[in-house]
Amino acid sequence: MAGFNFKLIKNPLSKENPITVQVLGICSALAVTAKLQPAFVMALSVTVVVALSNVIISLLRNTIPPRIRIIVQLVVVSLLVILVDQVLKAFVYDVSKQLSVFVGLIITNCIVMGRLEAFAMSNKPLDSFLDGIGNGLGYAIILITLGVVRELFGSGSLWGYQIIPDSFYEMGYQNNSLMIMPPMALILVGIIIWVHRARNKDLCEK
Amino acid sequence: MFSNRYIFIYATVLVIVSAAILTLASVGLKPYQDKNIRVEKMQQLLSAVGIESTPKDAEELFQKYFVEQHAVNDKGEIVASIVNGKQTTGSISPFSLDTKKQLALYKANDASASLPIYICMKDGKKSYVVPVMGNGLWGPIWGNLAFSEDLNTIVGVNFDHKGETPGLGAEIALPDFQNQFKGKQIFENNNFTSVMVIKRADKANPHQVDAVSGGTITSNGVTDMLKNCLQFYIPYFNSLKK
Repeated sequence: MAGFNFKLIKNPLSKENPITVQVLGICSALAVTAKLQPAFVMALSVTVVVALSNVIISLLRNTIPPRIRIIVQLVVVSLLVILVDQVLKAFVYDVSKQLSVFVGLIITNCIVMGRLEAFAMSNKPLDSFLDGIGNGLGYAIILITLGVVRELFGSGSLWGYQIIPDSFYEMGYQNNSLMIMPPMALILVGIIIWVHRARNKDLCEK
Repeated sequence: MFSNRYIFIYATVLVIVSAAILTLASVGLKPYQDKNIRVEKMQQLLSAVGIESTPKDAEELFQKYFVEQHAVNDKGEIVASIVNGKQTTGSISPFSLDTKKQLALYKANDASASLPIYICMKDGKKSYVVPVMGNGLWGPIWGNLAFSEDLNTIVGVNFDHKGETPGLGAEIALPDFQNQFKGKQIFENNNFTSVMVIKRADKANPHQVDAVSGGTITSNGVTDMLKNCLQFYIPYFNSLKK
């Protein structure tokens, strides 16, 4: 059947979410979500890398010798990640400094390799592209949720703009500095997984 | 099945194509990346003299306030100068000197080592800004020190680091630590003493500032960095004082 298979985009957003259901890509989800802006850029970078590497690997899938397929996948992923890193360094330098090593570590992000092995190696380019976008967005939803919560309660701002008014601080309100530490991100991910499973009983292990 | 020959050719072609794409990207984006690094350096120099800047206006503010740039050697002689945007002595640009490379030359007693010094004019007051560079616990630390006209009193500093521990060594990049340096002096009766970063520092002592608790190695790194780098400029400072 030709055309768009929207399930490929929709499923990773909830039922097959890479972070909350497959529990992949946790490392970067904890590290870069203290502020919304780096979380957004990271999510965008991962989405671009997953989608494009899925398309490239899918196009090459019949020519790739199985014995070196992991190496071929790594070369393609590294190529895209270095390109993304170079572009970030050239155009959003402050964000690229905040993301530091985590852009490079997209190469080892299990979501990327996981989608290449599980999907792109055996599906057509268009489907692979949609699958990549879907998984990238699934990752993005969680990162952005974490970024919003952590920046709002940890720094009182969103995207660097102050949200919580000065009058609150004068009345004794304080930013929760635990929010900007990585452990809080883990706790938040835990809460999201809990809520998600409570609402989707079929995800619970028996 | 794929033959070994096919696999070798496949891998080779793949790698060559990837390398070609990366080379193109790197060459194409280099000017933008260099500009970002240059602007960041300008912002750090501006922050040492207490001028807030954004990446957009840094270049303009830098040209406006930093009226003179000199490169000096370890004998205190000026080897290159740019005054009001014009090269007056020598041919190198002091701004583009690589502090790390030049310090390595200095350590190896190479007479060609030269480091930049920037002269800032702000509200009629002259200040001298010098870059410093050293090692923290996990990697390099660096910064800029601004001196008042007496070439002794520190009017402002800024430090940055590659990857010191957040909450501990990384505190050197925060204003609380850096503000302690204001008013400190590096000479005692014309003898170079530098400024020590030590535990339980005596606030009244002009050569001591309080170390970061839990960041002893980073604090010692700052002490060494100041001593080693300022040492280089002493002959130049002395020649100006005469």
